[in-house]
Amino acid sequence: MPDQVPAVRLTSITKRFPGVVANRDIDLEIQRGEVHALCGENGAGKSTLMKILYGMQRPDEGTIEIDGEKVSFRTPADAIARGIGMVHQHFKLADNLTVLENVILGAEPRKAGRIDFGSAREKIRAMAEQYGMRLDPDTLVEELGVGDRQRVEIIKVLYRGAKVLILDEPTAVLVPQEVDELFGNLRELRAEGLTVLFISHKLDEVLSVADSISVIRRGTTVATRLNPREVTSRRLAELMVGSELPTPELRESTVTEDVELAVKDLVVLTSEGRPVVDGVTLDIRRGEIVGLAGVEGNGQSELIETIMGIRTADSGTIGFAGEDVTGWTTRRRREAGIAYIPEDRHRHGLVLEGSLWENRILGHQTEKPNSRGPWIDRRGARRDTTRIVQEYDVRTPGIEVPIGALSGGNQQKLIVGREMSGEPKVLIAAHPTRGIDVGAQAAIWEHLRRARAAGLAVLLISADLEELIGMSDTLHVILRGRLVAEVDPANVTPEELGSAMTGATVEDAS
Amino acid sequence: MSDDKRDLPPEDTPAVAKPAETSADEAAETPSVAKATPDAARPDDPDKVPGWQAILRGLGPRGLGLKIGAPVLALLISLVITMIVLRISGADPVSSIQSMVDYGTTSNSIVDILNRATRYYLSAIAVAIGFRMALFNIGVDGQYRLAALLAASLGGAITLPAPFGQMLVIVAAMVIGGAWASIAGLLKVTRGVSEVISTIMLNAIATGIIAYLLNTDRLAADRPGSNSVATPDIPSSGQVGPLNGFLSNIGIDLPGRLYGLLPVAVLIGIVFWVVINRTRFGFDLKISGLSPTAAQASGVSAKRMVVITMVLSGVVAGLIGMPELLGASYNYSLNFPAGLGFTGITVALLGRNHPVGIALAAILFAFLDQSSDILQEVQVPKEIVGVMQGVVVLTVVIVYELVRRWEIRIQQKSVASELAAGHTVAGEAAK
Repeated sequence: MPDQVPAVRLTSITKRFPGVVANRDIDLEIQRGEVHALCGENGAGKSTLMKILYGMQRPDEGTIEIDGEKVSFRTPADAIARGIGMVHQHFKLADNLTVLENVILGAEPRKAGRIDFGSAREKIRAMAEQYGMRLDPDTLVEELGVGDRQRVEIIKVLYRGAKVLILDEPTAVLVPQEVDELFGNLRELRAEGLTVLFISHKLDEVLSVADSISVIRRGTTVATRLNPREVTSRRLAELMVGSELPTPELRESTVTEDVELAVKDLVVLTSEGRPVVDGVTLDIRRGEIVGLAGVEGNGQSELIETIMGIRTADSGTIGFAGEDVTGWTTRRRREAGIAYIPEDRHRHGLVLEGSLWENRILGHQTEKPNSRGPWIDRRGARRDTTRIVQEYDVRTPGIEVPIGALSGGNQQKLIVGREMSGEPKVLIAAHPTRGIDVGAQAAIWEHLRRARAAGLAVLLISADLEELIGMSDTLHVILRGRLVAEVDPANVTPEELGSAMTGATVEDAS
Repeated sequence: MSDDKRDLPPEDTPAVAKPAETSADEAAETPSVAKATPDAARPDDPDKVPGWQAILRGLGPRGLGLKIGAPVLALLISLVITMIVLRISGADPVSSIQSMVDYGTTSNSIVDILNRATRYYLSAIAVAIGFRMALFNIGVDGQYRLAALLAASLGGAITLPAPFGQMLVIVAAMVIGGAWASIAGLLKVTRGVSEVISTIMLNAIATGIIAYLLNTDRLAADRPGSNSVATPDIPSSGQVGPLNGFLSNIGIDLPGRLYGLLPVAVLIGIVFWVVINRTRFGFDLKISGLSPTAAQASGVSAKRMVVITMVLSGVVAGLIGMPELLGASYNYSLNFPAGLGFTGITVALLGRNHPVGIALAAILFAFLDQSSDILQEVQVPKEIVGVMQGVVVLTVVIVYELVRRWEIRIQQKSVASELAAGHTVAGEAAK
């Protein structure tokens, strides 16, 4: 249907934030009835563009056309009125209301001054059937799984008459089967003539579901309307990054015989008594990086939190430098030399309202140079913060600014710098380079390599399989709380590792 | 380090930047495995802390100009609102406020205001200790009344030479206040009971215990010819004299009796500031309030902090009744000042949990209370002062929160623009 008027056309969209251009001359054309994927690195400007299309922000320059007609959105309500709906990555649902109530919330049909639940229920049933979604309007949302909640969000948008659906990284919260189901739903929507704009940086997904792909890099479109049958994921990756990627790799082995961290038969139960970490035994030696591969939610978080003493082990032991530390408090473990780069830096790694130097103290309150006896050593902490800022290239105008004012990548650099300070013996690193630009990523890998050569024992968790394979001396696969396989990082490919992580058997694992 | 500045500050989203399968040409067959955590992958939201939490924890603007400017602005706004209210109620706003100021600044009034402010101050500091780590000690009221009653009867029963009698009473009050508050702390960490509920209930229980104990069969003394029920008077060797003598030595002559324990309130304020800002314990307390999850990951034991904070709050609460008990009433009677714990909550909010802010807020509240007496003489109902106090608190809280958000936005923009201009710590050092 190439001769049609495009459902959405963006022309020369430019959006500036003070000091930086988030979007620059973006041109984008989306045909009616297609699944269009928008790819780009994090921070490339995808979200800003979508916010502009959804009326949350106004472009400084450029025009938006819907069905060939020029529009100007002031608020999301304007966008909804023109048939544009957005499914946010984070669901905005009320848990204690039913699916029906959530869907009609704010758009209640009325009859004789009362809410007309009957007709709304019929409409939702009909829509669910039309688009092939299983959904009972009278279930409470709190009883639904993630995939179902996402369907509720989609129905909610459709109920308001959306013809163009924006899905912001919809697969980030889903497990593989749910992803397949979502893609099935998207194809149904397309068959019904709806247009889907799918934002992602996962190339395999993009290639499997999209009819057409556009790539955005550093605020501008570098490729538009690529045909997924004619483009490889490698080409897409190059377009997204714009250069050769630095490769994570270790040089000669520095692994020694001394076991620094020994986890033995560790079991952690949920409050309902279901094991989330199920009999994990793991040794990390001085100078060794042990990688842990697994789809998120398979017990990695619980394992590292138990090693840090944030959770308690239900059975099994944790040994550190020959001592049994299972009963130690988090502080005692940290003081003894276990450093921690947490998964979620906002919840566990930082106090966003605090300044950089206050965040330098965090987690090392009792250690030099942050304190002297019961007193905080402000001067020492400030001096050391300046050192970290310089060594780790934290881009900040000063160390007194609240860390919440920095970008995520720079926050992460401060955390890495902080945890590598004070000569730790063991480092528990969850996603150490998440959100960091490519240059800084290579620098952090270099810091890790140097610390490893000096005898640091590292437990590395990462969603970036190349990082895991390249930076690990030993690589374990965790699935449903168990270590199911040990693979040789020298010989495994990301695909083999990926199938091992989802539970498929690895034939030639090592 | 790389010189290639690739960050886009306003919308950096932190998740693995690279696709997981760059080397795979047959990527379509590969299962989806690279899962970025959604929570960490959001742009940083400037309004991350909900407004009400920011208000209770005393978060405010950081710049000195705004710190002073915001309350001044708020007070001006509330003055205008008050005058409108006065106008509506039929009074002449200018002359009413004029007479309040005239009456409130007489030297007799000043002594009363300072005495009142001392009580409000101690109460607000007790509340602020809890607020700083997001603990709501609503039970300051019961803590100080119970502490005052028991300490008063102890002081009335024992005669000790000069400094020891006073010290005994004060220490006893602190211990009792802390012990009473610790019940709420222990319930919270062992049973998960919200401290709001338990402290409110403990207030009611304290009222009951006081009513039971303040009886001539138990702690109260027989006072023939008096309606009031009171504990025996503390002997003169156990009393604290007024501060007037000391002040007249340095050339300030005030009428009446200024509490001899006023300096204790000042001292508590200084200790509060030093502990919060200069000690490891204070650091742990602050971060526990700002982010319990980050505090826990940093090695702070949340349970221990809850109990310690609750006890400290109660210890200071125990002091609230002391200036009055040792300096004016010498016994605990039915007329002993009540309700100070609740005023303390308001004053702590108004003072933004900062020792200096609380001092100013306590003086303002004391001034309003004191000058309300004169309003009746100019035919204005004295209850209008309650309205004024409410208006002041609301405007200060709202203005502070708005200014704080505005400042965060400004700050993020200025960080972004400074970075864009190449002003970084690392960059400066390299030059």
